[in-house]
This record gives sequence, structure tokens and C-alpha cells, in this order.
Amino acid sequence: MEIPYTVSTRPDTGLWNAKVGIWLFLASEVMLFGGLFSAYIFLRLDAPPGMWPHGLLNVPVGTMNTAILIMSSVTVVLAWAALKMRRYRAYWWYMLATILCGVIFLAVKLVYEWPQKFDHFGAYIKPDAFAKYEQYLGNEHAAAKGLPPRLEITGHLHNRAALTDPNIKEYEVYLDPVNADPTNPAMDRPHFFYIPPTHKLATIEKDDVERATMFLPTHSAYFASYFTITGLHGMHVLGGVLVFIYMWLPVSKKLYQRNPEHLANRVEVAGLFWHFVDLIWIFVFPLFYLL
Amino acid sequence: MVGGLLLAFTAITVALSYVDFGARKANIAVAMLVATLKAGMVAAIFMHLAAEKRLIYRILIFTGFFVLGLFWLIFLAWYDYPIFR
Repeated sequence: MEIPYTVSTRPDTGLWNAKVGIWLFLASEVMLFGGLFSAYIFLRLDAPPGMWPHGLLNVPVGTMNTAILIMSSVTVVLAWAALKMRRYRAYWWYMLATILCGVIFLAVKLVYEWPQKFDHFGAYIKPDAFAKYEQYLGNEHAAAKGLPPRLEITGHLHNRAALTDPNIKEYEVYLDPVNADPTNPAMDRPHFFYIPPTHKLATIEKDDVERATMFLPTHSAYFASYFTITGLHGMHVLGGVLVFIYMWLPVSKKLYQRNPEHLANRVEVAGLFWHFVDLIWIFVFPLFYLL
Repeated sequence: MVGGLLLAFTAITVALSYVDFGARKANIAVAMLVATLKAGMVAAIFMHLAAEKRLIYRILIFTGFFVLGLFWLIFLAWYDYPIFR
């Protein structure tokens, strides 16, 4: 039996079925991401002063990924329009461009951005040890400038064994620029370009540390929500890419030859999902990278 | 065309985040405003919501109502227990 209303419209809804289906699905997706975003707002509003980090993510890379995702949304629309005009060659190329954009986005996330975070270290200093580490925290300078207090020393962990070995009593950290030179006014605000840790080595005693981790979900509410939301978003990108690959492969050409409008409708529905994923990223990017 | 506009707005969002509007709250408000504008453009043009059948608008109104309710829950919890602020 044929699946009904793949191309023709159903009289009572005035739509072909997949269109109603995808919008119901996207409605549930809105609730899924809505829950996570409201958790983000809640955590952020309740963060004590200085506990919500800023400028830890690489802004140029994030901007590039945003641009890639937007361009892939454009190419999906072009692919669909090409199918509507029955130009399969053009469709094939636009689809390939879309798939490549999705793959690049994921590659940047998984090969560059996340591992770089996993490799970065942060130690929250106990309040009664602030004075001892004032040369790295620069809290007097921050207070005079009206900036939030600095509670954490970050950088590249030189003795990684310190994380697991209880016999090692201190962390040796190559400091991030803000901790290497905390009273420099240039460090008051996050930078556009990523500046790697300096060669200045600091020794932080474990007894003075409230908690110290790599930049993992356990590091803070910020990174917990960052990895949850970008991870779920990344899985959506992956899902979209897989569907697009299926529509791009020769199997779909058979459908095109049999019923081109059916394939066009499939592409439209997958495109709707893809635009939604793009739309989520439009909010994720400023919330995590910029603000 | 819309794609170009979206890219331009992305650049604007990044640039504006380095402008100090006096308070972080103001910066957040500006960035969210631009993001909402962009999202609206994606929804209206890429997702053809500018001209769609009534059933789909109904689904979306329903969703919008509940997602706003979800965000409203934060404000209910806001007064529940004293923390920092």
C-alpha cells in the first residue's frame, strides 16, 4: 500500500502529512531545548559574583561555525529550489555543500573546540587564601575597576599527575594571560582572539584550592550547561547530516525519477529540521561565547 | 540575500559584545534582541512561516504558550530560596 498524502494535500489539514509531522516534532524540540535554556538562565541568575566565567571560549572559531551553519541553511533552500525546478545536478551539488558544512561544523567542535577545553585547567581558590594569590588574581585591581571578583586561576596544567596523585601537594600551572598579568587593564575584558597560556609558571597548593578540574562539565555550572547544550545540538547536526547524506546518495535519485515532488517534499521537511538546528545555534552562540 | 543579512547580523552581534553598554544586563538584552531578530528571519523566510497553513500556526501558538510557561517557572522559583544575588 502506498503511504498516503506524501505529495497531495490532505483535505482536512490542507497539508501533506510530513509537513504536519515535522512541525509537531519541532514543537517537541522547542520544549526540549526550552527546558535546557531555562535551566541555563536559572543557573546563571543564581551564580554568585565571579562564578560565571567569561571569555573562556574561542570567539573567532565560534563565529566561523555560526557562519558555516547559516550558509548551510542557505544551501538547503537552494537545493530544495533546484529540485522544484527539476534540476537534479544543481540539487546534488547544493546538497553536497550542505553536508560538507555540517561535517566541518562537527569537526571544528569535536576535533578543536572540545579537546582544547579538556586540556585547560582551572583552580578555584579558597576565599581565605585570596591574599596569598593576589599577585595572580588581582582582586584589588578588579574591585577598584568595579569588575566582578576573580575566584579562579586558569591555564595549562604542567603536572597533570597532580589531578589524581594525592602525594603531589600542589598544581604547577602555566598561567593564562589574565592571571599572569592581572592588573593590566587590557585583561579587564575578554579578548576577541584566543591568547594561549603564558610561560609564567605558578605553584598553587592543593590546600588553598576549593576545587580544581580541567574544563569539563564538572568544572562549573557554566561548562556543565555548555557541554550539555552544545552536545545535544551537535547530535542534532549529526542527525541532519546523516539524513542529508541519504537524500544525496544514488538511492534518492530513484525516488527523483519516480516522483520528483516526493523527494522535494522530503528535502523540504529535512530542511525545516536543519533551519531549526541553525536557529538554536543562533541563541547558543551569543549566550555561551559572547556574554 | 537573507543569508547575507544573517551573516551581517552575526558580525554585528560579535562586534556589539565588545561594546560596553554600561551593564552586562544591557549587553545581554541587545545580543538577545539581535538573536531573536535573526531567528525570526530564519523562521519567516527559510522555514516559510511568513505564509503557512493555519494548522501549523496553531501548533506553534500552542508551543509558544508552553515554552513561555517553562521560562515563567524560573521566576516562580526565583523567590523560593535565598542565595547570593
